[in-house]
Amino acid sequence: MLSGSFALQEKPDFERFIAQDSMTVAVMDYDQLRPLLHFDNDTTYVVNFWATWCAPCVQEIPFFVQLDSMHADDPFKLVMVSLDFKKDYIRKLMPFVQERELEEYVVVLEDNRANFWIDDIDSSWSGAIPATLVYKGEQRAFFERTFHHVDELNDIIKPFLKD
Amino acid sequence: MKHLLGKLILALFTITLISSAPPAVDAYKIGEQASDFSLKNIDGKMVSLASMKGVKGYIVIFTCNTCPYAVMYEDRIIDLHNKYAPLGYPVVAINPNDPEVKPGDSFSAMQARAKEKAFPFNYLFDEKQEVFPAYGATRTPHVFLLDANRYVRYIGAIDDNAQDASSVSTKYLEDAISALQAGNNPDPAETKAIGCTIKVKS
Repeated sequence: MLSGSFALQEKPDFERFIAQDSMTVAVMDYDQLRPLLHFDNDTTYVVNFWATWCAPCVQEIPFFVQLDSMHADDPFKLVMVSLDFKKDYIRKLMPFVQERELEEYVVVLEDNRANFWIDDIDSSWSGAIPATLVYKGEQRAFFERTFHHVDELNDIIKPFLKD
Repeated sequence: MKHLLGKLILALFTITLISSAPPAVDAYKIGEQASDFSLKNIDGKMVSLASMKGVKGYIVIFTCNTCPYAVMYEDRIIDLHNKYAPLGYPVVAINPNDPEVKPGDSFSAMQARAKEKAFPFNYLFDEKQEVFPAYGATRTPHVFLLDANRYVRYIGAIDDNAQDASSVSTKYLEDAISALQAGNNPDPAETKAIGCTIKVKS
């Protein structure tokens, strides 16, 4: 579950979850994900698009987790949108989420209309992952790239937190 | 002239975005003429588009051994070649990845995979990593459909369901080829899909 990451009134109604051991991860289509990319409040959201099969994604995950702990006292939320394949949910994704302790951040996007939602998320995105959206209200920035250090991420979100 | 102005505006626009833009700033747009190239095929011979005679177009696909999306499309790429090469539209597969970053995409690994799957098409190695940036490919698989004169007519995905070929609802690439065969412009001329980044040294 999103375990307090999102206030209750902001949480869409998810109909599907992947449950394994004591963990639950929501599976959404794009209509359900979209509100998470458009909250209109004072929180800075960092939304990372990743998958367990994507090596550069896996490499940069620790920097996102570090970023989150650096800003534990700031209006900041990390969301990690998994684009894993259905066949890998139980065998690969859930063990990974458990091992890396990512349950509070991860949601799964399962929607074949990629040609629609890639552009809707950001028209500059070609569809390659990793990719990261940073936003606060109407202020948005999109990065089709890999991050190699937490400072690279921190430099990006500082102005968002300040404004 | 109009074209030049467009390029100039694009260049200015690009400069303002340079800090966050992906490296492929000169990506081909629909209607532009793609450059030819000479790349090593898995049989060791150099292959250029001009070396393919009597064709009506080229299905250039940047793909690789290692990306799960590319792997999910392997059989479909084979089928595409078998269906369209006799009609004048051969598949030209190009591996753009740096094997130092992704050892599974080395030339010998390409040869092994091609043998294992009996690839009926040319599988070329963009060893100097000069062709994919010229085309503006950003992911694998990434399709560029060219006409006989190498004008870019379609860019994007093969279809709309990577995970399950039997559940595809729109075959974007085949629809684009049909449009060319009928003398029309593909619609949509560009589509997007999730894929793997092209592997370069950082």
